[in-house]
Amino acid sequence: MAGKMIKVGMADLKVCKAPDNLTTIGLGSCIGIAIYDPITKVTGLAHIMLPDSTAIRNHSNIAKFADTGITKLVEDMIRMGASKSRMKAKIAGGAKMFDLGGSNAINVGQRNAEASKKKLRELGIPLISSDTGKNFGRTVEIYSANGEFLIKAVGRDTYKI
Amino acid sequence: MSKTLEEINQLYPDVLREIGNVGAGNATTAIANMLNLRVNMGVPRVEFMPVERIGTAIGAEDSIIVGIMLGVEGDVDGSMMFLMDLPSAHHLVNQLMMRDPDYNEEFNDMDLSAIKEIGNIIAGAYLSALAGMTNLTILPTVPYVAIDMAASILSVPAIEFGMVGDNALLIETEMSDELGINGYYILMPEGDSYEKILRALGLPMD
Repeated sequence: MAGKMIKVGMADLKVCKAPDNLTTIGLGSCIGIAIYDPITKVTGLAHIMLPDSTAIRNHSNIAKFADTGITKLVEDMIRMGASKSRMKAKIAGGAKMFDLGGSNAINVGQRNAEASKKKLRELGIPLISSDTGKNFGRTVEIYSANGEFLIKAVGRDTYKI
Repeated sequence: MSKTLEEINQLYPDVLREIGNVGAGNATTAIANMLNLRVNMGVPRVEFMPVERIGTAIGAEDSIIVGIMLGVEGDVDGSMMFLMDLPSAHHLVNQLMMRDPDYNEEFNDMDLSAIKEIGNIIAGAYLSALAGMTNLTILPTVPYVAIDMAASILSVPAIEFGMVGDNALLIETEMSDELGINGYYILMPEGDSYEKILRALGLPMD
């Protein structure tokens, strides 16, 4: 039974149940946080842009930030029948696309990764694997049936974590 | 407290547009001169859009594009980016390296240096137009190049704009005639730099 592949945009989050799966295309300095519940096969994917919602004065989209985005993702998954105690997470992204000195953007990828890990720790959700940093974009796919997390990058073989 | 890009856009929408037009016009002329081409430039389109949409603003998220990013320093802080699709980049590099126009092998180190040089010229022309209008000192730093998925490269300006608000400003310019090149400019001033530019143009901010 082949499910749908549901697309998650930038600063967006979605949840689904097997056989459906989730993808987000072209993570640069952003992070893709995939969370799944291996029993109910409820799965969620968030594509966050920034580490901390409290550091920004003007904003209206909670899916943009690691702190508020992950909290919302977990809530939405619970609403779909997932149990928080069974949830496992995988993350990818947080690249440094340009080696530019002096700008805030240089380390925002790394800060995004750290903020995502911190939020998962706070929520007690184990981080099973991660592939962050480096200097290339990543497209990710999370498969609800088994929690497989595929990573595709330009000029590289597809790998899974 | 400094104004947001949204507030500035509400106050002076045409001014942001005009800054984009003049900068892009100057930059395009500079490329045409460098490559000795007759180039017709369409009127640049200036788009103000939610940061979430910027990843798809210049084509499919996973289409491969070339991004050149430079820091901006002097009286104004921030960064700018020039983006083009892969065929446009090949066109420009082939022209610069005096190669067959249909050559489209993967870029080598020399080609990447040529792309950086194109970035230098574009940014220099764009920023000198802005500096000329405002009487501010605005200088580009060394360029960096990335060739990757559009959404990945555009996450950088999306994040820069996202740090201060919900919207980003994108300037699209189309050059036609001998070459069909689509280029996009993104100017990402930090802090109160947009405000500073508008004040320097003599526009009150209250």
